[in-house]
Amino acid sequence: MSAIPKHPELSQRFNADEPRVDWHDATLWWIREKRDKAAHTLSEDWEALRAAASAIKDNVLGNLADYLTEFESKALANGAIVHWAADAAEHNRIVLSILQEAGAQRMVKSKSMLTEECHLNDFLAENGIDVVDTDLGERIVQLAEEPPSHIVMPCIHWKKEEIGELFHEHLGTPKGNADPQLLTEAARQHLRDKFLTRKVALTGVNFAIAETGEFVVCTNEGNADMGVHLADVHIACMGFEKIIPRAEDLGVFLRLLARSATGQPITVFQPF
Amino acid sequence: MSNSRDQILAKVRANQPQDERPLPDLGLFPARTTELLDQFMTILTLIGGKVQRVSNYAAIETHLREHPYPGRMVTSIPALFSIAEPIPAPSDPHALANVELAIISGEFGVAENGAIWVTEANFGQRVAPFICQHLAVVLPVDQLCPNMHQAYQRLQGKDYGFGVFIAGPSKTADIEQSLVLGAHGARTMTAFLMDN
Repeated sequence: MSAIPKHPELSQRFNADEPRVDWHDATLWWIREKRDKAAHTLSEDWEALRAAASAIKDNVLGNLADYLTEFESKALANGAIVHWAADAAEHNRIVLSILQEAGAQRMVKSKSMLTEECHLNDFLAENGIDVVDTDLGERIVQLAEEPPSHIVMPCIHWKKEEIGELFHEHLGTPKGNADPQLLTEAARQHLRDKFLTRKVALTGVNFAIAETGEFVVCTNEGNADMGVHLADVHIACMGFEKIIPRAEDLGVFLRLLARSATGQPITVFQPF
Repeated sequence: MSNSRDQILAKVRANQPQDERPLPDLGLFPARTTELLDQFMTILTLIGGKVQRVSNYAAIETHLREHPYPGRMVTSIPALFSIAEPIPAPSDPHALANVELAIISGEFGVAENGAIWVTEANFGQRVAPFICQHLAVVLPVDQLCPNMHQAYQRLQGKDYGFGVFIAGPSKTADIEQSLVLGAHGARTMTAFLMDN
């Protein structure tokens, strides 16, 4: 695992290119405006929804151990296997052991900030496992050998011309072509082959429901479901903070989540 | 591993707040509209879905013959076996890799966000609504609820195995915020809203 560069040093480098900083600011502001517009569509309920979400999470804090064991027993009854990891090293070792048990040297992976924080990809690579990130933005930063810069939009700091260049080099798209439609189509073809040939798929978890043992993985691209339903083994990695008590609590969180993230009324796919 | 489990739980129990933190009453979020069909159609169109009003399955068949999809069509709806082959019983999901159009049944729609609830009982193979190039969902026009709170009331106590809310076609805006439909899943998503 390489040492993480210091933030002041990185910001100095980033701030050196002022037009790019302005462009980046404008992009983030535009997304922020989309969020505000989406919040407005629920103006009668928005603040009450936020307060309810906060109260649910507060209740989770006070009952965390019970909710975790309740989720565990329900998930076991649903046929899942539950592992507990005290830290990143144990988490990574467990994931590797599942891959080894499945006899898999390759896997597809959808977005997971937990595994990002655990530096899972580096650990698996050191142990001979080929990991392909399947969210488009994540795949772009993975090809560029960079970490994501944003939890919702991993490559928001990349310009399309740069992505065109990256895809020309790695995926053979025409040189100089920076058309998002064409580049997305190239990634679709490239990743479809990975979905169809990998036996293990790893995803994050957006919400885990204590009372039912279910969990939800929200995506717009459909990449989590493509990976999981074509694989023999699904590994879902979650931090404790993903626990919610009741299925009905999702009514609150799913009204807030995508509106807050991208300004959409809901993400395209919420499977559980 | 079980050792980590017990240590983690012991630490959590020792440190979690001890005072009462009640769950909120979610009944405080009522329906904000009675125009469910209008809202559903508007939102689904806004998020990139297509909406077709039809009177019966024969009308869906006519529509698909007039607007054919060039390739393999599969469905889980017996009334459409005249135009599409049945989704094969759960076997190898990879066998669906070349599906052009999958037509499945939806249970209900959510007016506020354009999502349709579908379960594996309605599409046979879990990968079916994701791997197809195009997706169509048939939804009875009276099966709409206002928002996600009512949606979860409908799901209370139901044993559906695997289910998913689908809201429009697969999409991404990861390249400079340009919206592209058809990231990995269906490139188009059509809701056939059927009269009762």
